[in-house]
Amino acid sequence: MPPQRQIRVGNQWMRARDARRALEEAIRAEEAERAEHGGGHKQSFLRQYVFSIDHKWIGIQYAVTSLLFLLLGFSMMLLMRYQLAWPGKAFPGFIAKFLGDANAPGGIMLPEFYNQLGAMHGTVMVFLAIVPLAVGAFGNYVVPLQVGAPDMAFPKLNMMSYWLYLPGGLLMLTSFLVPGGAPSSGWTSYPPLSVIAPHGQTIWIIGMIFLITSSLLGSINFIVTIFQLRAKGLTFMRLPFFVWAQLITSFLLLLAFPPLEAAAILQLMDRVAGTSFFMPSGLVVSGTPLQNAGGGNPLLWQHLFWFLAHPEVYVLILPGMGIISEVIANNTRKPLWGYRSLVGAGVFLGFMSFIVWAHHMFMTGMGTAISAFFQTTTMIISIPSVIILTALIISLWGGSIRFNVPMLFALAFLPMFGIGGLTGLPLGLAAADIHLHDTYYVIGHFHYVVAPGTIFAMFAGIYYWFPKATGRQMNEFWGKVHFWASLIFINGVFAPMFVQGLAGVSRRLYDGGAQYEHAKPIIHTNVFMSISAFLLLAAQVPFIVNFFYSIFKGKRVGHNVWDATTIDWAATSSPPLGHGNFEVLPVVYRGPYEYSVPGYTAADFLPQHVPDDGEPTVPVGGGMLPAHAVAQKEA
Amino acid sequence: MKEFLAQWMPPDYSAHGAELDTLSAYVHWLMLILFIGWGLLFVFMLLRFRASKHPKAVYHGTRSHASKWAEIAVFAIECVLLFGISIPAWSRWTSRPTEEAKVMEIRVVAEQFAWNIHYPGADGKFGRTDVNHVSSSNPLGIDPADPAAKDDVATLNQLHLVVNQPVVIRISSKDVIHSFFLPYMRVKQDATPGMEVPVHFTPVKTSGSETWEIACAQLCGLGHYRMKGQFHVHTAQDFAKWMTEQQPVVASISG
Amino acid sequence: MDDGHATTLGAHGQGHAHAAHAHEIEIPYTVHPRPDTGVYNGKLGIWLFLASEVMLFGALFSTLVLLRTSASVWPHGWRILNVPLATLNTFVLIGSSVTVILAWAHLRLGNLKKAKLFLALTLLCGFGFMIIKTIEYMTKFSHHQYPSTNNFFATYFVLTGLHGLHVLGGMVVFAYLLLTANKWYAEKRDQFTNRVETTGLYWHFVDLVWIFLFPILYLL
Ligand code: HEA
Ligand code: HEA
Ligand code: CUA
Ligand SMILES: [Cu+2]
Repeated sequence: MPPQRQIRVGNQWMRARDARRALEEAIRAEEAERAEHGGGHKQSFLRQYVFSIDHKWIGIQYAVTSLLFLLLGFSMMLLMRYQLAWPGKAFPGFIAKFLGDANAPGGIMLPEFYNQLGAMHGTVMVFLAIVPLAVGAFGNYVVPLQVGAPDMAFPKLNMMSYWLYLPGGLLMLTSFLVPGGAPSSGWTSYPPLSVIAPHGQTIWIIGMIFLITSSLLGSINFIVTIFQLRAKGLTFMRLPFFVWAQLITSFLLLLAFPPLEAAAILQLMDRVAGTSFFMPSGLVVSGTPLQNAGGGNPLLWQHLFWFLAHPEVYVLILPGMGIISEVIANNTRKPLWGYRSLVGAGVFLGFMSFIVWAHHMFMTGMGTAISAFFQTTTMIISIPSVIILTALIISLWGGSIRFNVPMLFALAFLPMFGIGGLTGLPLGLAAADIHLHDTYYVIGHFHYVVAPGTIFAMFAGIYYWFPKATGRQMNEFWGKVHFWASLIFINGVFAPMFVQGLAGVSRRLYDGGAQYEHAKPIIHTNVFMSISAFLLLAAQVPFIVNFFYSIFKGKRVGHNVWDATTIDWAATSSPPLGHGNFEVLPVVYRGPYEYSVPGYTAADFLPQHVPDDGEPTVPVGGGMLPAHAVAQKEA
Repeated sequence: MKEFLAQWMPPDYSAHGAELDTLSAYVHWLMLILFIGWGLLFVFMLLRFRASKHPKAVYHGTRSHASKWAEIAVFAIECVLLFGISIPAWSRWTSRPTEEAKVMEIRVVAEQFAWNIHYPGADGKFGRTDVNHVSSSNPLGIDPADPAAKDDVATLNQLHLVVNQPVVIRISSKDVIHSFFLPYMRVKQDATPGMEVPVHFTPVKTSGSETWEIACAQLCGLGHYRMKGQFHVHTAQDFAKWMTEQQPVVASISG
Repeated sequence: MDDGHATTLGAHGQGHAHAAHAHEIEIPYTVHPRPDTGVYNGKLGIWLFLASEVMLFGALFSTLVLLRTSASVWPHGWRILNVPLATLNTFVLIGSSVTVILAWAHLRLGNLKKAKLFLALTLLCGFGFMIIKTIEYMTKFSHHQYPSTNNFFATYFVLTGLHGLHVLGGMVVFAYLLLTANKWYAEKRDQFTNRVETTGLYWHFVDLVWIFLFPILYLL
């Protein structure tokens, strides 16, 4: 029976005050020690910060790069939203100048340019922002730590992945500068439109080949790391769900991207070598017959594209779900409810995602049998998502919920993804999709899953692991400002899309539908949506400031701020770059979420790497002990 | 209950549309119930189990398996909607109309950025078309030599139909992919070059003075946003009258 | 349990933190297989890579099938393409698959000389294949048959071209292995053997792709 107001540290009891002092000393000592060793090794600046092979630094490189791309993709959309709200209205002076007469003569956006922005928004967001952030950044930084590995299995390959991603991304952006401008056939690049399009499209294809190669190398690296470098005792059923999510994601990337690569090669041939893979015979473009051999099939591209792009959408969500699981378990202070069903559903989702792709093609003239097949698979695939969401929601039951910033974003994710996912159902029923296909309803559907869904999950992850990466915590108050403002305005942008979609307003319309009679009653909502979008940008300012400020001046915290159980928290905070994560590779003794274990009095959490020799021991690892003491002040 | 979505959707003046809208309405009810159900539970738990009110978490959480049944129920309902409505509706949508006799057949050929409408004329046969005949005065490329083409009528962006007469529209494209969209008819069909896909429906109301439109739903280039056509539904007499006013294409083909 | 305490101690000693960092860390199972998975990292890596390659060529093959079945006219490969040359090439590639196995076997037996010989032979076969392919292409071009001619040639050039690139890639690796053989063998013998093995696996795959290409393009 522990004496009152005493905290057990190692095997002696001390007063909370002393314990807390011990924490400060420990951290200070470590600082000093690290300062003198300067990381304890001699590495060239290039090796350490540019061509680093350390997964933590590569993760940070990915994070910053992809966040900047995220901001870029957002900015493109803001230009579009301005045009959608006030069609044909000139941009304010400096923006007009920036866009130039080629794109916006007299400050008025041209339809061509609108299409370029649209295609690039989609491409940038999916391939350059969210996937690199979810997989490249979080995967790289967290997975090796959570499996207790010294690094990724192939560190040099890891570096190459990043250095294929960045040039690929920048290459894509250069397409804005070539004659004819950036690709303007949508992120889906449907031929023949994309084949007869200007040079920008060629750059898009080459850029894609860079990105595809990058994520292929990445996915191999992750799978091998998770299979081969798991710590002693870390069986598959003891993996944090985040690791499972990354594992499934990697398999999707590994197997779904190659067909798109093939398709990209074929489209490249159609464009530069004059082949006709996707070009049927007898095309007449603006009055003049095309001189190609013909015999190709435009639908072939759609099949190859969606065979990638549907699994891709689960690539966009799974890592997010992984992050959410970690944050929820940690802040409910109890194990996830139905961990096994989570894993099972995740794996099932992965398999199914390869056989639903044609639900994007119902309107291409599909017969009953085929459409019946894809409708059925689509309905089936909705179930694992329901199971995952259910498990996460039920996990709240009986918890002791802490409403810190990561948790707020994680909680908001649930209903937001719920809206996005549920609106997938009418789209999945072909008969209902007839009216909704290619309307703003679709835009609303997937933005609810990727924006207040995935982006919020990313925010949760950033606030959650920031202390691990920097040793400092982001400001909670501004975090909450960021959260509430984002939540309100992001719904302001996307909720009206469902109404517009039901009204039959097509997507990809330069003037937001002003031309069409049936759209007239509803398009006034465009103004509201656009203003919400601008406010959404404003809502990011506290985050951006908080982010950079906290790197240097944020509140110092212990190695395990959140009193978490997974072994990423056993490593020292802001682990020294350029070499191993753990003094001694940790050994794992139990599942990932042993919170509030009955009969364990020392704390309300029992880390995976703590040997349970009968009586509770202090968690071990990079100076975790005093942090632990703080864990239960006033025991 | 079926009219649940009507307030947000454009009016439906087609024979088959009601079925599709009903399906949509039912799905949205399901979604709404799920969302509200989970939402209430969600909010309740946030209040009930907040740290300040519930300082010590329960290791096992709930042992109830109610959620299993919820999931099974969701799937069951999805199956009913799928096999009960969606698939049958789709097979009706893709099959030819039953009363073949009074079917009117029309071709629609999309191009950047307009809709070419091709009526077979009195003989009910479409004249042969060929790329080599395409010209500014003959956008469809109709072969003037073909006897079947003699009485063919072609219009640009002007689709005229007869109320309560089933119509089969064969949709194709000359250049890129477009999508033939009649919001008031609940009709949408991609117009893909190299393919000719028939859609069939029956307008049940005349357009009268209202403006009904053909919209393009698939990104087809810089003019996508303005690629619209006029769409009129007449009584049989009015349609016949309109037809007589049209001169056959062959007459207008220059050189 | 013991490891558990080792961990405890290791991580407890704040003072000695980073002591371990003096020397570079090394990744587990780069050389020897992990007991429970039974493979070393490189081997699992290459298998995964090949899985993705299967998807890549699979997509291209299905493209070929779809275009061919939907085409009104599709020439017979053996009418237009040079079957004898291709047959010769098939044997060249199969031969190289054998030599690469022998190279690996001799490494296992500790016979570097022989191993290098067979690596060289493999590389040679690669060259042979590429030369023959070039001749084939040249004759096609001289007959004004290009990818743009029709979809038969389009698929022919894309499939064989992509396969050719894979051969080229393999050759580069073999050349590298050959040049650095002595150094590697002296320092990290097992690792070198593994590299030859994994490269060999890749080479077999490239070979296999050709075994599919040959009948589908030339004989049907
Ligand atoms: C992360 C991305 C993501 C995710 C997860 C999904 C999930 C789903 N998507 Fe979506 N989808 C996209 C991204 C995504 N989609 C994109 C980008 C497009 C458009 C591409 C383009 O054309 O440009 C698209 C388009 C798209 C279409 C084509 C529409 C058209 O073009 O006509 C279809 C059709 O079937 C579809 C279906 C589905 C279904 C059935 C799911 C299911 O997996 C959803 C299952 C989830 C649920 C059913 C939610 C369950 C939740 C609850 C029950 C609890 C509620 C919670 C609370 C209240 C707390 N999607
Ligand atoms: C993952 C994918 C993704 C994401 C996240 C988004 C995010 C957003 N999208 Fe987009 N969108 C697509 C994928 C995505 N989109 C695709 C595929 C299309 C179809 C394209 C096509 O037609 O081909 C599309 C199309 C599309 C349209 C339809 C255009 C049209 O049809 O004409 C619209 C219209 O409003 C839109 C709006 C938005 C908005 C307002 C956001 C906002 O949610 C953005 C919010 C962003 C943030 C809140 C992040 C802010 C940035 C930071 C905080 C970083 C800070 C930086 C540092 C710290 C360094 N998107
Ligand atoms: Cu035609 Cu869009
Ligand atoms: Cu999909």
